[in-house]
Amino acid sequence: MAVDRPLSTFQLQLRRFAQNRLAMLSVFVLLLIVLGCFFGPYAFPFDGEEADFDYIGAPIDFSSPHLFGTDDFGRDLLVRVLEGGQVSLTIGFLGALTAGGIGVLYGAIAGYVGGRLDGLMMRCVEILYGFPYVILVILLSLLFGGGNLALFAAIVFTLWLTPAVIVRAQAQSLTRREFVEAARAGGMTGTGIVLTHIVPNCLSVVLVYGSLLVPEVILSESFLSFLGIGIKEPQASWGNLIQTGTAAMDTDLRLLLLPGGLLAAVLLCLNFIADGLRDAFDPNDR
Amino acid sequence: MTLLEARALDVGYPVAGAGLFSRPVLLPIVHGVSLALHDGQTLGIVGESGCGKSTLGRALLRLVAPTGGQVLWQGQDMAGFSAGQLRRMRAGMQIIFQDPVAALDPRLTLGQIVSRPLAVFAPELTRADRAARAVEALARVGLSADFAGRYPHELSGGQAQRVGIARALIGGPKLLICDEPVSALDVSIQAQVINLLMDLQDSMGLALVFISHNLAVVRHISHQVMVMCLGRVVEVAPRNAFYARPLHPYSRALTAAVPEPDPRRERGRIGQSLPGELPSVLNPPKGCVFASRCPEAQPRCHAERPELRDFGGRQAACHFVGE
Repeated sequence: MAVDRPLSTFQLQLRRFAQNRLAMLSVFVLLLIVLGCFFGPYAFPFDGEEADFDYIGAPIDFSSPHLFGTDDFGRDLLVRVLEGGQVSLTIGFLGALTAGGIGVLYGAIAGYVGGRLDGLMMRCVEILYGFPYVILVILLSLLFGGGNLALFAAIVFTLWLTPAVIVRAQAQSLTRREFVEAARAGGMTGTGIVLTHIVPNCLSVVLVYGSLLVPEVILSESFLSFLGIGIKEPQASWGNLIQTGTAAMDTDLRLLLLPGGLLAAVLLCLNFIADGLRDAFDPNDR
Repeated sequence: MTLLEARALDVGYPVAGAGLFSRPVLLPIVHGVSLALHDGQTLGIVGESGCGKSTLGRALLRLVAPTGGQVLWQGQDMAGFSAGQLRRMRAGMQIIFQDPVAALDPRLTLGQIVSRPLAVFAPELTRADRAARAVEALARVGLSADFAGRYPHELSGGQAQRVGIARALIGGPKLLICDEPVSALDVSIQAQVINLLMDLQDSMGLALVFISHNLAVVRHISHQVMVMCLGRVVEVAPRNAFYARPLHPYSRALTAAVPEPDPRRERGRIGQSLPGELPSVLNPPKGCVFASRCPEAQPRCHAERPELRDFGGRQAACHFVGE
């Protein structure tokens, strides 16, 4: 027999999230897209960088080996979109995780310690905020010699700032709560308090913001690839696929619609999930 | 033996200065408080909101660093201890809070909350030992073992305060600072918590500093009573002597403000509330802190601050006591 264990606040919030149909549907669709991107290409006998000279610029034809046709170089569009999805989703989730992680720790420390250190840390954030984004990215890609690492660094470098500011505000109010004072009276160190009391209690805010951060990272990857700073041909990403698709928009809409539609679907799912998380976690909404 | 002693303790908080680049200004809260507490004794600290009694309580534990004076723990100046020494010594001095639910981290189980201080106070214990100690501490405050797996939001205020007490007791303290521990609780629960504290005092030899604005509760639990007004001590006396005849006009005003259970007598008292304004902490009066509201104030009270003087085993700070 299952013991009727009491639920923690966190478990209650998760349960509330699970009752949100739209959010759960979004989780399902998102999972389907992720799995499709990572395992889908194995179902085809060719990869996305392979040109098939019998089918150059082929249209959608479900009876041919290239279901959604090929591009101007005879590369299979569907496989390219799925492989591009691997790159974009990996950068999106990894970037959000890294940027979020850095921002949370930075903000929690600044908010808990307060005083002069807090002032110094936050002025740094403000200076970085004022830095022109594109120039920073170009500088970083020079520094890292271009490539995916530079792209990743540039994205993380600009996106950790907002979570830091959000978490700092949260940490400041938590620091004044009596359980933090009780922890100090219980002999805990500052590091211990930040890690066991401040960060976990910021978690709900961070989760909500994090799910909004993922689309932000994917979009800035698309934007940078679009500018030609990001992922380089022949490697596909949703960003550069959309770029080629836009160029061919007048003659062949399918090159734009397939990658663009998938990106839109992912962003929509993530926004619904974020909405669901906020409803489940935000105590002011109840 | 004197467990805790404060000598001319000043406490203040830095607040941002007026200009953008001006240095922080020290906002003084507590002025020149001296006190001594012996093992197993209870000192009741009373005063209206904002008089600095909670700040004093935190400064006694060095949760707030004093800006002047000394706190001696078992005869040693606490300013002389390193941060690490101080953290381990906190096993002996604990605090319970006014809002019992806010004092518990909503993400942790009660077992985790109660046992956590042991990671510092008794690092040699295994995880299982710590959990067993937590259950023991919960039992001591009258909560059964199954509470260890529950979360703070499932508790009533009284239960949450018991958990707070269990957490404070886990390191085997000698001193417990109680910062308005019952003012957020129902009256029926207040008595339970007060009696629990008194039982624990008897069985463990705890010394208590009991901070409250409720004179009836302080009367029940204290051996000594200290009255604070605007950050200064205006009267210190043994409990019975204080309640029989408070010397300072402020103490008399406080005792007179306690509501009467008899409605007919209560009706007669209306209109006796204190006239005048409470002076601002930012602009403290030059003379007696109570002069602006004192019914017996003379010109001298506004000009010259009365010192605490001895009156046979008790002290008061008023120019006219004993005249």
